[in-house]
Amino acid sequence: MSFTKTLIHGTNFDHTGLNALQKVTLRAVVVAFLFYGLVAIEGMIMRMVATGPLNPLPPMFSHPDHYFSIMTVHPIVGIFGSTYQLVFGAFTFLVPYLTKKPLYSVKLANVTWMLITLGTVLAWLAAFIWQYAPLYTLYWPLPADTEQFHIVGGIVFILGVALIMFGTFGFIYNIYATIFARVGVHKDKTTKELLISGFGIDGLLNLINKLRGKQPYTKEPALALPVVAIFRGTVDTFLDALVILGAGILVLVFLLADMAGLNWDVAAIDALLYKNFFWWGLDLVADGLVLIYVAGSWYLLATLITGQKLFMENVARAALMLELLVSWMVWSHHLLGDQGQPEMMKLISGEMVTAFELLTQGLALFITLVTLWKARPLKMTMELKYLLGGLSGFGLAVPAAIIQADMGMNRVLHNTQWIIGAHVHIALIVGLYMTLYSAVYVLWPIVTNNTKLYSTKLANTHFWMHLIGGIGMGAFMGMAGLDGMLRRHLYVDGQFQFDMVMAAIFGTMLLVAWLVFLFNIIMSVGLKGLVGIFMPSHDSTASYGLEPEDK
Amino acid sequence: MTFTNSLELLAFHWVAYTIYAAMILSVIAWFGYNLTRKEAKSVVRIPFYWYMAFLVAGGVGHHIFTYNAIPWVSQDISRHSITPDATYDFEIKKHKWTLPQEKITIQCNQKVLFNVKSHDLTYGFGLFRQDGTMVMQMQVNPGSRNDILWTFSHNGVFNLVSTEYSGPDMYDEETGEDLMEVKKFIEVVGCTNGGAA
Repeated sequence: MSFTKTLIHGTNFDHTGLNALQKVTLRAVVVAFLFYGLVAIEGMIMRMVATGPLNPLPPMFSHPDHYFSIMTVHPIVGIFGSTYQLVFGAFTFLVPYLTKKPLYSVKLANVTWMLITLGTVLAWLAAFIWQYAPLYTLYWPLPADTEQFHIVGGIVFILGVALIMFGTFGFIYNIYATIFARVGVHKDKTTKELLISGFGIDGLLNLINKLRGKQPYTKEPALALPVVAIFRGTVDTFLDALVILGAGILVLVFLLADMAGLNWDVAAIDALLYKNFFWWGLDLVADGLVLIYVAGSWYLLATLITGQKLFMENVARAALMLELLVSWMVWSHHLLGDQGQPEMMKLISGEMVTAFELLTQGLALFITLVTLWKARPLKMTMELKYLLGGLSGFGLAVPAAIIQADMGMNRVLHNTQWIIGAHVHIALIVGLYMTLYSAVYVLWPIVTNNTKLYSTKLANTHFWMHLIGGIGMGAFMGMAGLDGMLRRHLYVDGQFQFDMVMAAIFGTMLLVAWLVFLFNIIMSVGLKGLVGIFMPSHDSTASYGLEPEDK
Repeated sequence: MTFTNSLELLAFHWVAYTIYAAMILSVIAWFGYNLTRKEAKSVVRIPFYWYMAFLVAGGVGHHIFTYNAIPWVSQDISRHSITPDATYDFEIKKHKWTLPQEKITIQCNQKVLFNVKSHDLTYGFGLFRQDGTMVMQMQVNPGSRNDILWTFSHNGVFNLVSTEYSGPDMYDEETGEDLMEVKKFIEVVGCTNGGAA
């Protein structure tokens, strides 16, 4: 087949054969990867600026207004526009697939991805047009500082974030409505039984009964383990959305008051209390839903790749509950540099409880690795490769986080490039994204009706460039942090030039890796297929692989 | 083992984390290779409970180690019961510092309290060496106490930098220069130790 023909028609992808569930999943995934590209470009702009005199970009990119506008939307587009969409899309498919029930509402799933997309675009426009740049931290009262920022920009930004949160609520409702629907295999289950399973209490009771030499509480838990992880992680997703929406409303009220000519005193809101409230919610993303969703994804991928039962499943179920509780009590590690924060909170929440994440994530790593090991020999498939990449990412990033969540280390690491490079970017780009890529390759034949991937060579190229680029960029940013480079600071004089040039080179690898991946996917589904994904489905089925009587 | 300044601490940290990173990547690579081999055998059997105990010991032991090896931790926790040798009060408003004096000279091993008040936004208070490495820093929130007690045990000259972003107005619009940076603001003298504080 000629290049042009493949570009237009793909390999053997037929969008007309996709049902409503498959299409809505793919829509979210496509948008997620487009936003990923935007994030990679934004990231590269900032990496280039940080190289100082070697920066090849026009001077406007080094202007503080412009630079910090990019820094403000970079995490919004990356976390919500890309990661949330990708995760929500995958779980919207997986929950009905694993529970063998139809999705509660395909319409709601469509509204979800559209709201998040629109919200992300609005937030991006607020920064692009009005250069609204309070950063994602929104430290009070900066987002309401109308002497530095245009009011309209602030309002548009907050509306954008609010739409993202409303989309998130839509996802949450859809997931829980599907899990609690008493149809199909759950026809005879009570809400109580589903709740017990969702919170992993059945796993805990099984462990207790085993210790007491009694019969297991249940041999067949009502919900599969990955669904339990989705159930638990979604609790944090909900709480996090409430907090972000709450902060957004506060900012919006002050901006509207300013617009109306009312001179409200921003000091009426205690900045440190607000910081605690905001970090409690925001940290539910980083240390809550991400870690829980990731653990669940590892368990799912390990069982799908090996075709075997998960090692120590009851422990894994019970540990997910622990992870949820831990995630509610660790936010103070973001406030170790705040001297007004009570020392006890720093010690208990910031240091001790945070250290538990080493335990919960280490446990997930152990269970996943043993499950894989017991099933050897395994074929080194794309999904296995990416899963190992994801495990490496968290293997690097979680200890980096525990190191900095310490009162001694934080004094010289807080707000440095160490945190955003060695911890955040390695956790997200290597840990999370490689896990998600693994899920993409596992689900690819199911969601696309066995569409042939255009090129395995390109898939391998993407894997290595992404892995090396991600670790390399994070490592050099981290080293710059150890040398004193701050993370939310503008350096135009090339002060940390060597590290920044190296980080830019590895960052370029990440950008090229994304282009390679995108090209491979477009060549597989074709431009026609890509557009077709967004056309209405002829088949309204909201489930996958169920016999008609089960639907 | 005791670290006398951030340079020693971060050099140790760099070596320790690099070794750990190389080790974890090697283990996963070795693991991945052996997953494909039928004849692969476990090199070591890691008992589950020992592994968990190791993680707990690692998580808790790290804090115990730093508490004992980094002098500013215990001093920070008990700073309210320590009488400082000198106190310097700073204020910040609209991205401008009100400094206690034009330059500060500190004697070696003096316990110095830096007390910073913000009148509007969240800022940072950080001291940096001339090569850009960080001595220490804290957040400066409006409406709450922002004080840090510090003992300098090496000579040096340090710049004062706001370590928290407080909007684009903290930079020159055209050149991008940090308008809040106060160069060579603090000098520490009288130490017999080498290196910088």
